[in-house]
Amino acid sequence: MIRLSNIEKRFGDLTVLKGVSVTVAEGRVTALIGPSGGGKSTLLRCINLLEIPTSGTVRIGEEELSFQPGGKPGWKDIQRLRGQTGMVFQNFQLFPHRTAVENVMEGLVTVQKWPAEKARDRAMALLRKVGMDHKADAWPATLSGGQQQRVAIARALAPSPRVLLCDEPTSALDPELSGEVVEVLGTLAAEGTTMVMATHDLRLASRIAHEVVFLDGGQIVESGPSQTLFTHPTRERTQRFIATLTQQGQRGEGA
Amino acid sequence: MLHWLTLMADSLPSLLWAALVFTVPLTLASFALGLIVGLVAAVVRLFGPAPLAAVVRFYVWIIRGTPLLVQLFLIFYGLPSAGIVLDAFPAALIGFTLNVGAYTSEIIRAVIGSVPKGQWEAAYSIGMSWSQAMRRTILPQAARVAVPPLSNSFISLVKDTSLAAAITVPELFQAAQRIVATSYEPLILYVEAALIYLVLSSVLSAMQVRLEKRLNQYGGFLEAKS
Repeated sequence: MIRLSNIEKRFGDLTVLKGVSVTVAEGRVTALIGPSGGGKSTLLRCINLLEIPTSGTVRIGEEELSFQPGGKPGWKDIQRLRGQTGMVFQNFQLFPHRTAVENVMEGLVTVQKWPAEKARDRAMALLRKVGMDHKADAWPATLSGGQQQRVAIARALAPSPRVLLCDEPTSALDPELSGEVVEVLGTLAAEGTTMVMATHDLRLASRIAHEVVFLDGGQIVESGPSQTLFTHPTRERTQRFIATLTQQGQRGEGA
Repeated sequence: MLHWLTLMADSLPSLLWAALVFTVPLTLASFALGLIVGLVAAVVRLFGPAPLAAVVRFYVWIIRGTPLLVQLFLIFYGLPSAGIVLDAFPAALIGFTLNVGAYTSEIIRAVIGSVPKGQWEAAYSIGMSWSQAMRRTILPQAARVAVPPLSNSFISLVKDTSLAAAITVPELFQAAQRIVATSYEPLILYVEAALIYLVLSSVLSAMQVRLEKRLNQYGGFLEAKS
């Protein structure tokens, strides 16, 4: 279980998150949606502490860490929490100087000190899972965006994280390429991978997410099961936002 | 004409010897040490505490703002007045190392900064510590961008070592000067010395090309493609 309690994040005078609380159950997929600047990416990055919350508490499984303004968490504590997570980035961020399989092995070898052979076996199994084992020895720069993102998903999964965080995993991809990424994430969801994703992609959110959290202005406007929230949003702000997403989706399909 | 060729042939062994025993070791050692100084200085300026970063800025300011020849004279002729007496070769080694360190620290600082921030985040996201991220992810990518400007510094250094002649290091240029003093043939001897420097820097240029090819195998940053 992941529980974010009263997460507040300030950048100087700007308050990006105003006391957000979210609980994600094990084996569930939660989509954070909302307009740009609404705080969804920041909230996601607060889970693996790429952003340190100004105040609030982050709990992942048995690990918990509380934050106070001015207090800086220790490196060990950050690592302890971060070790429970894997992350997929909008721009993939594969290591360009390592081949696909080396990218997936990197965390196992460097951080967890696995022997190379064992790490390679696990990396190959993960690449097979995302349908990229045939490109194991390819340089990232020679792969399409969708292929890079699938390798990045394998890399994030390598240390067996308790939760997979996805920050706009399909936004840098055209509809066709994003399709293959949605498919992989869908398979993972069906297998019971716990995921939290920040996304604009209605197809991704509606197909995979169990729960949806709509964030605007650093606060949760509305949240609930994805079926209900997408089809019968109760708040006017949510209705407007989902209407624009749907229009965009249709325009995207038509183009 | 024949006289000139004979003179060249006769003087070549002593010039080559001076290059082999002084110019090349001085260049290699001060570049290697200078790179270490430059890396440390760059990391301190990028990530270190403010007072330490200020010390580094001061060091770079002094070295870049004063002539290398003056620095060498200070170390070799000046420091003895402060009780520090150095032999010519160590004095030259220290001078060139400090010089290389200051210039390369600026290069290294820039290339480390050129690696996208997302690469740090990707490294952190799989659990790497700062030093693991630096060693495994950032420096290898920075190194690739650094090869052309660092090669520039290296090639400049080969030629700059001729300044060590002024503080009595019997390197290539000084060997030429000595022969001129007895043969009165400055044109021949200095052309010959110039040609040897040209060969040395050409070898380095060729090595640069090969190194760039090797580091380019992976096809560069991904940002452009996505």
